Amino acid sequence: MSHAVIKTASTRQRRVSLPPYLTLPAALVGGAVLLPLAYLLLRASEVGPRALEFALAGRTLEVLGNTALLTALVTLLSTVLSLPLAWLTAATDLPGRRAWGVLLALPMVFPSFVGGYVVLGALGHGGLLDAATGVRWEGVYGLGGATLALTLFTYPYVYLALRAALRDFDPALWEAARSLGHGGWSAFGRTVLPALRPALTGGGLLVALYTVSDFGAVALLQYDTFSRAIYVQYQGAFDRSLAAVLALVLVGFAALLMLLEARLRGPRVLYRSGSGTRRPPLRVLLGPWRWAACTLVAAVTLLALLLPLTVLIVWLLRGLPGLELGRDLLLPAVSSVAVSAAAALLTLLAALPVAILAVRHRSVLSVLIERLAFSGNALPPIVVALSLVFFGARYLPGLYQTFALLLFAYTVRFLPQTLAVLRTALLGVNPHLEEAARLLGCSAAQATWRVTVPLLRSGALAAAALTFLTTMKELPVTLLLAPTGFETLATEVWAAASEAFFARAAAPALLLVAASTAAVALILRGEREPQ
Amino acid sequence: MRLSFLTLALLTALPLASAQNALTVYSGRSESLVGPLLEQFKRANPGISVRIRYGDSAQLAATLLEEGSNSPADVFFSQDAGALGALSKEGRLAPLPASVLGKVNKTFTSPRGEWVGVSGRARVIAYNTRALSARELPQSVLDLTDPRWKGKIGWAPTNASFQALVTALRKTQGEARAEAWLRGVRANNPRVYKNNTAVLEALGRGEVQLGLVNHYYLYNFLKDQGPDFPVRNAFMRAGDAGNLVNVAGAGVLKSSRNRAAAERFVNFLLSKPAQEFFARQTYEYPLAAGVRPAADLLPLAQIRTPDMDLSDLDDLKGTVALLQKTGVL
Repeated sequence: MSHAVIKTASTRQRRVSLPPYLTLPAALVGGAVLLPLAYLLLRASEVGPRALEFALAGRTLEVLGNTALLTALVTLLSTVLSLPLAWLTAATDLPGRRAWGVLLALPMVFPSFVGGYVVLGALGHGGLLDAATGVRWEGVYGLGGATLALTLFTYPYVYLALRAALRDFDPALWEAARSLGHGGWSAFGRTVLPALRPALTGGGLLVALYTVSDFGAVALLQYDTFSRAIYVQYQGAFDRSLAAVLALVLVGFAALLMLLEARLRGPRVLYRSGSGTRRPPLRVLLGPWRWAACTLVAAVTLLALLLPLTVLIVWLLRGLPGLELGRDLLLPAVSSVAVSAAAALLTLLAALPVAILAVRHRSVLSVLIERLAFSGNALPPIVVALSLVFFGARYLPGLYQTFALLLFAYTVRFLPQTLAVLRTALLGVNPHLEEAARLLGCSAAQATWRVTVPLLRSGALAAAALTFLTTMKELPVTLLLAPTGFETLATEVWAAASEAFFARAAAPALLLVAASTAAVALILRGEREPQ
Repeated sequence: MRLSFLTLALLTALPLASAQNALTVYSGRSESLVGPLLEQFKRANPGISVRIRYGDSAQLAATLLEEGSNSPADVFFSQDAGALGALSKEGRLAPLPASVLGKVNKTFTSPRGEWVGVSGRARVIAYNTRALSARELPQSVLDLTDPRWKGKIGWAPTNASFQALVTALRKTQGEARAEAWLRGVRANNPRVYKNNTAVLEALGRGEVQLGLVNHYYLYNFLKDQGPDFPVRNAFMRAGDAGNLVNVAGAGVLKSSRNRAAAERFVNFLLSKPAQEFFARQTYEYPLAAGVRPAADLLPLAQIRTPDMDLSDLDDLKGTVALLQKTGVL
């Protein structure tokens, strides 16, 4: 019988020396994220003294308020939705939990404008609901519709983080609570919930930052957010400098979100200590609740996965008579999968040293690097793309518009989300294990590589799945930085949809979902217990 | 795992094809519209290795500006004149030979001779045929301030063509009247959409009855959804301030290392087969080679465009400022 305790980190910081084998790569990664920031400062400085006036104009602040409200709502709802979904698929005997587990992660494959169309097509004027009952939701435009669309298609960020945390949760804690006479709910509140806190706040932060930088859904559902204001500057006035001023305000807003998350995350770390081997993850028996649970996961799958698929299939069928299916989608599909897999792997490798440094060796420098790496998420994707165009074309012409620079750009863009998931996983690994390895004669680097890294399995897989899915649908960076002529499924969807050829957009979009499903199923299979 | 490392190694090691006679085109017009036409150019010029980068016009313009003199691009084929104007203003475009510029009415070319329009699109009022008959339509864009259109108008203020219309109003009617018009339409609570496509969709759903759009989007919808799509275009009366022709155009980059091939490409866009492609496939106004537009369009001669330079960037900035001042943006 193993026993387990919850360790609370003492507030007294141990003096730590920063190991160079982690610091160097981490500093490089953190520095990479400085490029877009440097670019923004460079462009914003061209505006001169008007910059501050522009940043604090009443209109700017009003739009910032809109953005804050939407962000709060989407984050809250995504968290509330993900908690039961992750619990049911990762820690109970829900029938078909493996399949549900994959299906519930998929809604994030839909490009956000497709999400917008789904909400409009289901609830808006002349939509499905309207056609069936004559009722239509007048609030579909604005805050209501935007909140719904973004929640349905971004909750997987929280869900995936929670799943990884639940798989690493030590069932002994739960059993101890139950044996001390706590009921299911009470045991959940006292043992599971505290263990999930870092995953909840980390996943919530990702949803928040995604919402802040999203343009597709809010543009379609006519809600005026900050990313739209930035778009107006680029699109209407061809003004890169004022757009940069706005983007810096956005980065400031994101910095506030990060501080808030650090507050909420709390100083707790959770890991097993004591003798005994690790046991398989928790399996709570649902009993009669089973069917209620099935109904819940089925309802979410219906809304966030089947409904958008239906919309795509309707598009496909509607245009079928005039559709030239002779277009070859095989090459873009292979390109999408290959480049997404490479991005997932590379981002994981880049995030590992940063995460280990931030969790194991807290210091001013490691916190700074971690915060920097995280800030990449607040940048509108177009800014990340343009900054790399600027530095790439001017200083690295040999690498500009090659796969190397494209993968680097993906890494900068998706590092924050990878980091969030990895950090959560690391908090569940007992540092004494590494110390034991040192005592047995391993070097510090060997101990990290042979003890800690293997224990991060669930977290690393969840992080890889996340990057894969987001790269599959990535657009701005791909359009501006990929080698000329390189086409992915996402660029195919965009090219057709931007000209209202929805029928033609449907085929690559469906293929995008299919390829993502296969890949995520493959990645999440690795969650299985090592025998 | 080993496999993915291999993929990674392969991907990053792929050499870039570099041909002696290479031409790189940045196209702000999407592949689904102009892809077949550009394929024709490739077939006709087997000696030139053509690479095309598709994207959004404004984003490609920003990209070209950021690339500076290291830009790999030779030609910029843009969806609108504003993006070409932005590049011209920053001195990034090379002057085109008179033989190229002479093929198009000078209304549709850059005053500095640095870009040329290749196809035109007119502003129209698109309407839902179930809600309105052709007789009930406003004859002028200026009539949209009439309270009877309250809640029935759809527009897309972030769209470059819409902004060009506002610029035209400022030029022809004066700042004060343009501002009054914007405030007047805004008092009618128009619905704001992301772009022309979204306005057309809303018209199809019956969410609004009138939409301010470019004329050729409708034809995409009819192609995609069949003739039952309940929307049609209406031109304003000849000479109305709302009758504006925007152009898609092309310019050659100053930094181009292959100007001969670049000019050849621009010439191709003005040739008879290309102009016929614009007339028949994208339903735009051909601007050269004496090709006639599709039958049911108001002839170009009847559309009085305001005497102004579409690429005038300061005006575009002024327009964005006015749109923000009146709360439209």
